[in-house]
Amino acid sequence: MLESKVHNRNLVAWAKHHPEVVVLSGDLTGSTEIAGFRDAYPDRFFSMGMAEQNMLSFAGGLAREGYVPMLHTFAVFMYRRALDQLSMSVCYPNLKVRLFGFLPGVTTPGGVSHQAIDDIGVLSAIPNLSILEVGDATDVETALDPIHAIDGPVYIRMIRGEIPRLFPADEPLQFNRARVLSTGNDLAVISSGVCTQEAIGAVAFLKEQGLAVEHLHVSTLKPFDDPQISETLGRQRHGVITLENHTVLGGLGSRVANRIAEEKLGVRLIKLGLHDTYAHGASYPYLKAKYALDGAAVIAAAERLTGQTFDLNGSLPEVTATQQNLRASEQLEAL
Amino acid sequence: MTKNWVAAVEQAANNIRKRVLGLTIKQNGCYLSQALSSAEILSTLYLKSLNLGPSEAAFVPGAFAGVPGTPNGHPAGHGGRYNGPGNGDWDQFIISPAHYAVVIYAALVEAGRLSEDCFDSFNTDGSTMEMIGAEHSPGFVMTTGSFGQALSQAGGVALGRRLKNETGQVVVFLSDGEFEEGQTWEAIQCLAHHKLDNVKVIADVNGQQVDGLTKDVMNIEPLESKIRAFGGSVCVINGHDPVAIDEALGQSEAGKPHVVLCYTETDRGIPLLTPRKPHLHYVRFHDDAEVQAFREFHAAM
Repeated sequence: MLESKVHNRNLVAWAKHHPEVVVLSGDLTGSTEIAGFRDAYPDRFFSMGMAEQNMLSFAGGLAREGYVPMLHTFAVFMYRRALDQLSMSVCYPNLKVRLFGFLPGVTTPGGVSHQAIDDIGVLSAIPNLSILEVGDATDVETALDPIHAIDGPVYIRMIRGEIPRLFPADEPLQFNRARVLSTGNDLAVISSGVCTQEAIGAVAFLKEQGLAVEHLHVSTLKPFDDPQISETLGRQRHGVITLENHTVLGGLGSRVANRIAEEKLGVRLIKLGLHDTYAHGASYPYLKAKYALDGAAVIAAAERLTGQTFDLNGSLPEVTATQQNLRASEQLEAL
Repeated sequence: MTKNWVAAVEQAANNIRKRVLGLTIKQNGCYLSQALSSAEILSTLYLKSLNLGPSEAAFVPGAFAGVPGTPNGHPAGHGGRYNGPGNGDWDQFIISPAHYAVVIYAALVEAGRLSEDCFDSFNTDGSTMEMIGAEHSPGFVMTTGSFGQALSQAGGVALGRRLKNETGQVVVFLSDGEFEEGQTWEAIQCLAHHKLDNVKVIADVNGQQVDGLTKDVMNIEPLESKIRAFGGSVCVINGHDPVAIDEALGQSEAGKPHVVLCYTETDRGIPLLTPRKPHLHYVRFHDDAEVQAFREFHAAM
């Protein structure tokens, strides 16, 4: 089931009860789904234009005066272009600034300049900053309360447009707690963001083949000390597969690897994601297949871990459904 | 009346120069030329022009307690409490060039906001009186050692204060090298766009940076017409003239950020330094004879 512009309507409803929240736009108001907020609360909406360094520092000033700025732009402009400002004007003083970074990984055909493939890795090194990533409509709808409770800066890897609802609407995102989507002790799949939809299809397929597969959806990437993850990692017979819409350096896979080493969990790990490469401008279905970020890649990894061979036979219904997600026409609405 | 405050400012400026020269000799190295160019600017601000209210911080600063976000660490903006409450009708004074820290500390002493005894801890391990200050350091409301960020942050503060109907100004002390940073122009553009005329900038245009004269390293002129073109109002003055500084800060144009360009000299008051121009970013003495000459000059100040 796909839902449209979830953040746009959700933010309007949520902000009604949070008068301290102000929204800053980097000339991407429609593209980051804050047109609804702008129209509902024009006195709390501020256009910052294409000047991200100024916008990041400006937000720090607003936070010092007791406001909670929510910055909206494409992720690349937030963390690449304005990294020093993000670090010195926002994170060092530990201010309540919320950074909504859109177009994660290869979900945009906008090419290398628009694809945030290393944001989590880059930002992981920044003290005081919490990092979240959402994967469906329920995540988007329910992330704002737990984010608002964090007394410091937060980066949120956001999705937009037509997005799936994978999780029940009455099961909200919980800070630093993975969603357990499936349980089992043969192998574990740990996914984040839009990759979870891919993984759901693959996990369903693997279970049909007789494997007991545990599947976790991770939405909090920093901090990364959810005990559920260690518990899952510690009892897998064949191994663990991580799947992320990001380079495997510094993201979910690296965190899981650290956890395995630090806690001596002794389990084999296959990290699926971009392997030290930039991507290029093309459709999401093309890119996720090209860079092995899809359900087929999960199944291939499961074959490596188990030593078994599975006949895909074209039967991955959930994965096929994903291709309707982020339709090319919608993606091109504004780059 | 005017005469009295001008005399007091000039005395304070002389004391700042003397104190920073003394530190430069004692530690064999300090940001001395910055003190020489900005002594009248900061003395005028702290003693006359700003509406700061009393210091809310300890007269003798404690040891460094930790960065913001750590247990028992300094909260954000801690050092700014030396500049008063910064809310309501009070002005908020924001230092942009953190390399001027020693001058700020010296000016706080002149304003009676900081103990002169604490200069013993200047640039020593574990002190908040760091050589390049951050927001735990006396006088610093923001962390601004990376140039060009304070003016944008001041814009956010100014917008916040406007939303709260606070009447106090947001006054930013800027160094001229920061006009080389693109963010400074983003900030002026933004302040003008949002008509944040509660922001006033006072810039020490001493024409010098690490590699030499600004005009040779990366020319920033003509500043006045550039700032006007970006939507600001501008006054151009002699930055060693307290009356001119005070009057220029008092001017403004509705709907525009106001910038006071203070043209200054990096060897002002210590002609012994003149032959070393323009390499005065960080002054260190070369031999005993030079140290002795500056010692004698210092004693006579």
